[in-house]
Amino acid sequence: MNRHVAYTPYHPRWHRQRISTYWWLGRRSYFLFILRELSSLAVAWFVVWLLFLVRAASGAASYQQFLEWTRHPFVLALNIACFAFVCLHAVTWFNLAPQAMVVHVAGRRVPGWIIAASNYAALAFTTAAVVALLLLRW
Amino acid sequence: MSSHITLRVARYRPEEESESTFEDYDVPCPRDWVVLDGLNHIKDRIDGTLSFRWSCRMGICGSCGMLVNGEPKLTCATFLADYAPGPIRVEPLRNFPVIRDLIVELGDFMGKLTRVKPWIVRQVEKPLSEGEYRQTPEQLDEYKQFSMCINCMLCYSACPIYGLDPHFIGPAAIALAQRYNLDNRDEGASDRMRILSEHDGIWGCTFVGECTKVCPKHVDPAAAIQRYKLQSALDWVKGIVLPRAAS
Repeated sequence: MNRHVAYTPYHPRWHRQRISTYWWLGRRSYFLFILRELSSLAVAWFVVWLLFLVRAASGAASYQQFLEWTRHPFVLALNIACFAFVCLHAVTWFNLAPQAMVVHVAGRRVPGWIIAASNYAALAFTTAAVVALLLLRW
Repeated sequence: MSSHITLRVARYRPEEESESTFEDYDVPCPRDWVVLDGLNHIKDRIDGTLSFRWSCRMGICGSCGMLVNGEPKLTCATFLADYAPGPIRVEPLRNFPVIRDLIVELGDFMGKLTRVKPWIVRQVEKPLSEGEYRQTPEQLDEYKQFSMCINCMLCYSACPIYGLDPHFIGPAAIALAQRYNLDNRDEGASDRMRILSEHDGIWGCTFVGECTKVCPKHVDPAAAIQRYKLQSALDWVKGIVLPRAAS
């Protein structure tokens, strides 16, 4: 290829369309993508929330104070919204996993739905293990 | 069904105007006409100044990619009747500079393609006397999907990351790199990894997934990129755990 035809940003006669700041509102798939990207903030929020919980676990009074704080309508609404985002994060992540993972068993490629299903199964197993741990302690 | 349909075609004549405009053309709409047939009808019978690229008319050459009602499509495989009663908006591919009417500038794309070395790289060629490089059907299956790319650039047009950052090497180039990496005759994977693990390479992709949706040949460039990321991450971990083996 002739090197001289490489990308030249300021060619006077080429027409370049500007990309709107709101490009992600134009298509449903772009909007869902942005929601998926934003959901990582919800994941980060739950990490912070867990750190608050760990700090509050040092004494009965501080734990009670933490519970009072989480009952506040604003914190409650934030947690519900973040939970919805975390669910979106998990579902979209699991659904995309088969595209990234190529697994061969006995010389044959494992179908994508089995890879997605195994991710969901791992989630169900971990959730059940955490619930069982909590119930046994009580 | 009506016998005619309106094509609303984007025009850009750099010697006359600084912005693109739309012009409406009334074209016949038989059941077997595609958008490209409509454009050729305009060129032959209505307005000979309309400019667009096309060649094979059968989804092989990859030159007639345009936006049809905002969607990146091969116009030779997009039927007019599917958009009845119209009008149908036909525009040049998004994310590329427009040279004239429906013709986009593809030098940037061609440069990126050659950067990823889309050919079989051998460290040492074996002598002719040893015969051909043989391959089993299973080894062919490993990369066949990624070899179907026709360089139509629809994936670049659908990718918002490429639109926002033109330095991003892009879906088709990465898929083609992966096509050669997965070929058992090739030995150039580490060369390509060096290029693709740069800032503008695979890590620029945030997995919007639109490239895969618009691909007319079902290449799945998004999968190629994510597999590359996984491989790159595994190499990085190996480099930490087993530094000697990695080097």
